[in-house]
Amino acid sequence: MGKEDPKVSKPDNTAFTQQRLPAWQPILSAGIVLPLFVVIGLTFIGIGIGLFITSSNVQEIEGPVFMYYGLTNYYQNYRKYGISRDDDQLFGNIDSLKSPANFCSPYQMGAKQMPIAPCGAIANSLFNDTFRLFYKVNEVYTEVLLDDNGISWWTDYNVKFRNPPEINGSLKNAFEGTVKPLNWPKPVYELSTNPNNNGFINQDFLVWMRIAALPNFRKLYRRISEGNWSRSLPAGNYSLEITYNYPVLSFQGKKKVVFSTVTWMGGKNSFLGIAYLVFGSLSIVMALIMLIVYAKYQVQIDRDM
Amino acid sequence: MDCSLLRSLINRYCAGEENWVDSRTIYIGHREPPSGTDAYIPQRYPDNRIVSSKYTFWNFVPKNLFEQFRRIANFYFLIIFLVQLIIDTPTSPITSGLPLFFVITVTAVKQGYEDWLRHKADNAVNQCPVHIIQHGKVVRKQSRRLRVGDIVLVKEDETFPCDLIFLSSSREDGTCFVTTASLDGESSHKTYYAVQDTKAFHTEQEVDTINATIECEQPQSDLYKFVGRINIYQDRDEPIARPLGSENLLLRGATLKNTEHIFAVVIYTGMETKMALNYQSKSQKRSAVEKSMNTYLIVYLCILISKAVINTVMKYVWQSDPNRDEPFYNHKTDSERQRNMLLKVITDFLAFMVLFNYIIPVSMYVTVEMQKFLGSYFITWDDDMFDSELGEGALVNTSDLNEELGQIEYVFTDKTGTLTENNMEFIECCVDGHVYVADAICNGQILTGTVGMDMIDSSPGAGGKEREELFFRALCLCHTVQVKEEESVDGIKKGLQPCGKSSSVYISSSPDEVALVEGMKRLGFTYLRLKDNHMEILNRDDDIERFELMEVLSFDSVRRRMSVIVKSSTGEYYLFCKGADSSIFPRVIQGKVDQVRARVEHNAVEGLRTLCVAYKTLAQEEYESVCKQINTAKLALQDRDKKLAEAFDFIERDLILLGATAVEDRLQDKAADTIESLHKAGMKVWVLTGDKMETAAATCYACKLFHRNTEILELTTKRTEEQSLHDVLFDLSKTVLRHCGSLTRDTVSGLSHDVPDYGLIIDGATLSAVMKPTEESSSGNYKEIFLEICRNCSAVLCCRMAPLQKAQIVKMIKTSKEHPITLAIGDGANDVSMILEAHVGIGIMGKEGRQAARNSDYAIPKFKHLKKMLLVHGHYYYIRISELVQYFFYKNVCFIFPQFLYQFFCGFSQQPLYDTAYLTLYNISFTSLPILLYSLIEQHVNMDILKRDPSLYRDIAKNSLLRWRIFIYWTLLGVFDAVVFFFGAYFLFDNTTFTSNGQMFGNWTFGTLVFTVLVFTVTLKLALDTQYWTWINHFVIWGSLLFYVIFSLLWGGIIWPFLNYQRMYYVFMQMLSSGPAWLGIILLITISLIPDMLKKVICRQLWPTSAERIQAKRQCLSVEPSTIFMLSQTSSRISF
Repeated sequence: MGKEDPKVSKPDNTAFTQQRLPAWQPILSAGIVLPLFVVIGLTFIGIGIGLFITSSNVQEIEGPVFMYYGLTNYYQNYRKYGISRDDDQLFGNIDSLKSPANFCSPYQMGAKQMPIAPCGAIANSLFNDTFRLFYKVNEVYTEVLLDDNGISWWTDYNVKFRNPPEINGSLKNAFEGTVKPLNWPKPVYELSTNPNNNGFINQDFLVWMRIAALPNFRKLYRRISEGNWSRSLPAGNYSLEITYNYPVLSFQGKKKVVFSTVTWMGGKNSFLGIAYLVFGSLSIVMALIMLIVYAKYQVQIDRDM
Repeated sequence: MDCSLLRSLINRYCAGEENWVDSRTIYIGHREPPSGTDAYIPQRYPDNRIVSSKYTFWNFVPKNLFEQFRRIANFYFLIIFLVQLIIDTPTSPITSGLPLFFVITVTAVKQGYEDWLRHKADNAVNQCPVHIIQHGKVVRKQSRRLRVGDIVLVKEDETFPCDLIFLSSSREDGTCFVTTASLDGESSHKTYYAVQDTKAFHTEQEVDTINATIECEQPQSDLYKFVGRINIYQDRDEPIARPLGSENLLLRGATLKNTEHIFAVVIYTGMETKMALNYQSKSQKRSAVEKSMNTYLIVYLCILISKAVINTVMKYVWQSDPNRDEPFYNHKTDSERQRNMLLKVITDFLAFMVLFNYIIPVSMYVTVEMQKFLGSYFITWDDDMFDSELGEGALVNTSDLNEELGQIEYVFTDKTGTLTENNMEFIECCVDGHVYVADAICNGQILTGTVGMDMIDSSPGAGGKEREELFFRALCLCHTVQVKEEESVDGIKKGLQPCGKSSSVYISSSPDEVALVEGMKRLGFTYLRLKDNHMEILNRDDDIERFELMEVLSFDSVRRRMSVIVKSSTGEYYLFCKGADSSIFPRVIQGKVDQVRARVEHNAVEGLRTLCVAYKTLAQEEYESVCKQINTAKLALQDRDKKLAEAFDFIERDLILLGATAVEDRLQDKAADTIESLHKAGMKVWVLTGDKMETAAATCYACKLFHRNTEILELTTKRTEEQSLHDVLFDLSKTVLRHCGSLTRDTVSGLSHDVPDYGLIIDGATLSAVMKPTEESSSGNYKEIFLEICRNCSAVLCCRMAPLQKAQIVKMIKTSKEHPITLAIGDGANDVSMILEAHVGIGIMGKEGRQAARNSDYAIPKFKHLKKMLLVHGHYYYIRISELVQYFFYKNVCFIFPQFLYQFFCGFSQQPLYDTAYLTLYNISFTSLPILLYSLIEQHVNMDILKRDPSLYRDIAKNSLLRWRIFIYWTLLGVFDAVVFFFGAYFLFDNTTFTSNGQMFGNWTFGTLVFTVLVFTVTLKLALDTQYWTWINHFVIWGSLLFYVIFSLLWGGIIWPFLNYQRMYYVFMQMLSSGPAWLGIILLITISLIPDMLKKVICRQLWPTSAERIQAKRQCLSVEPSTIFMLSQTSSRISF
């Protein structure tokens, strides 16, 4: 019972056990928060103005132009749709190529129970409209070169997606024993003539496979970075040739094509700038309110003390 | 122990119902009694195996799992896990399975290990050798093989292997010393007595010849109660029957001390020993915080269900268009199409439940438990509550009630030993109106003879002298004090030598008796020892007087007196009786009652404890009849206590009053200061004591429970004798309520001094009259009126209370209509009932044993420690845990509400917003440690200030931080933040890119953006609430944010081979490479945090709590206001 030696059970006497650790004890009082709000308000207004101007500049078509296609009312984020893919298959795994994951069903097996490559609803519904842009100079249409390089994430193109190992130097042989997705006009190994843009690492395919967060979305189609148009699209008459393949009317969807330049903060989006401006101003207003409260009641509080 | 219950049930049915009797008969040494006596009833007893382990090898897995899933949190997880397994749900079963598996496994391993240790300990105990007597020889046997009826030999410093009846001892007087430290924590040596008729059997052979049976009750758990009878058969005579009591019973777990060896017979074995029966845990107390936590949980469960219902309904409304239900790009499988509609609805509902299940903060239970467990260490570690004299600090018996310490509204305290030291000092005695004051002792030297006496009144005559000496002798004889020789204290045995006066120490369970015997020593009569049943007294002439001790009519709190019957050397029988004045005066027929009564009352007002002494002489035949009466009562197996009380009542009458004594019990250190602080903190303090009114009232004044300007209302027998109880009650309530009206009008702070406060004094008899349910309908009224009066009194003193009445009062207040939180504090066995009854029971490690401390929720060494316990620890724990609870709900609303909103944008398809890893780890690791550490070390005000200004305690009264209003505020704040996160990200993503290379982000980037804002906001919100930043807080808060970032980088940095999807690959890094994402994150975090900040500042400015006033004051004094963040280092004596 420690009676013989009181020190035996005596607790450790450290700052921690005695709850006396040195501590910084800030207090959120009006005196601190008021200047803080003013600072936040001013900073945010500054940032907001900067963002707003940058965002407005996007309109003037300067710098490389990006071409997007947009879909509305299209639920790429539908859960069953989103999971309907086999990342192992897309990674070039032979086993998965021949036996796709069950998530892919009903787009798992094609005719004669042959595995579909690439399997799943996402791949099956690949956007397949094509666009060609012409610039009219002196009544002559010149085709604007559209670059499909770098429209998907670098990591998707180089790491996450891989073609199955070629057999006898042919990608087609690698896909032997699989069938194309139902909706596709041609198999995956014929997506492009460019061997670096074919099969699972086709850039259009990669862009489509990164499913959109919201039902109204845009996807990058091409960059205009070659030839005379690499700096900007000069003013003039353009004509866009659309090969219409993709049905959207059934789900009341719309399609659109967007041309946009990109600044350091991306495309045109005034939200961020406006939000910063509004919130910055609000902070200033709140600071004013606090100032009034502070001035009116501080005296009374001081007296109470 | 359910095992023993089961076993006894089995025994019961195997042995047949008729053998199940209230008492058991034990044949010592398994020798059957001579024929012609009672029929031999064989009873089966369990063997002496102790089973403290819970599991066996084969039942461990099912039993442990069953016990773990009885906990609501685990069960909830299990259900979610099963749902995930059975149906197709948005999140994989791993999200709930993994944490569940982890928690279950860790707990199982821990419990399994503990149980393995218990098995080992059990085996060690069960196999430890014991010596038993067989055929006159000592035989070694394993402990578990002991059987009821065996005679065992126990040597010094050995622990008793089971419950034994003490037969004989190596000490000649047939006693032995025992410590029961492992049973009740009392380390003092206690004396036990061998059975009178067997104590002469000293050797194995002799003991083996004992032919006797013992009848005793079936085992019961009360350590201090035992009733039995031994029948000894000698030479075919009628058997001699002797009573057995708890003084003959040696308990398993106790240790033999200072005695070479003893012989004893086994009566209770194994799981039937009193120690094993006492393993049973006490009833669980639940704190107010826990109750509100459970209510909130139900609210959240309703929110969860309604969210799932809303989404399910919306889903089917939305899907009514077949092009939405099954657009060309997303066909269903055939089996999905053919599924029953109802089944689909149920599946969808369950899937939504799973998706939103994280809103119920299951991890909260784990965190709360850890917080309570770890937090309670601060109480045990507290140096301020360490008593160097006792060598012990505070003890925490349950950590469940830490925060309840901050909610106390009523304090019920015992007086003796709690408010007072229980360190008695003899002050004076009064013999027939003559007052004797014991002179101060100078340097331990005892002044003997008349020198030591200061005659206040005129010297008594010759007859007076005789009376005076009789009085002194009475006090020397009428007690149960033991003399402990110096040798035994040091543990060195030198044999029993006649010891010098100074070397002997008096020991008694009652400090009053020690004080009286020591006082007598100073007045010239020294009690030497009890030897061979003779009490020896050294009188003034240094002669030894011997009195044979015939009977002790021991003290009990109902009778409030004790007596001894002695036979003097001249052969006269005396009965000496001492007790409370109220229990002596009615029994006195002769003596100077009035003078003595006057003196007693005078002393009582001074706050002294008084006892009256009376005697009578008994003739031989009178003694014999008395003796017979007592013995029959003692031999009774049923209602023995009642029969004894009747016998004592009959014997202790027609006494001659000798005089009275006065003993002072000093107040405990800082008792007054503590009481005053409790008052200022808004607590009502009630003193419940068995003492008489005058003494108790004096103590109350001394410890500032009553002030000089306190108006005392009396509700005592004295008053109710004059008026009817009815009238008194109505009078008092009128007095009180008159002021009450004005009180409520003008005092908001409740501290104005011009209103006189009331103190109520009530005694036990009146109280039981008030509480007694009568057939009249007005009886309920009495209780109400009484409560009304009490509510308006700042202090109440209840005197002359029986132990059970104390608990009744606590219960009455506890169940009154406001349901206040009560605390009971006491040190003695008589306080146990109220300690168990109150919401929080605090035991004081006092002189009257450890029973109170053992039964309490918290034990402290001294009353003064209550102040820090409540005002500092209680306050902190309450603040901490209420923030913990609110914060947990808040952060889970923030977490799940965006997911709910997302359903409206993904066709109600149960698409999760966040990745599985984030869903799983959010509560487990990203946001768990900061709040845990906050809830362990937060201090909104320094502890010195809390102690100095008790009124701060009122800030948190009535569970104020967990009111509905505050809960709703937190929830709405969570919803607001969630809306900001979600729609902020929504507008940021709306139809545009925000990368500089024109590439688009997908849904997982969207979720990760929301999640990043979420983790930062929630953590920074806690940072804003933290008012005590130690290095630990910095480490944990910034550390967990850093951990989140590092984890996300890692999680997205590798193609994880074991995952069947790689959706998070490079998502986090891509997001961070975008400038607008950074700006967006900063904006959203700021927008989420600022409103709460604004609300805090405005509330602090307009309606500051007293704690906030103190903070502001301190700030003004300490640092000049120009610095933006004011650093104030705590005054720390010790550096870490």
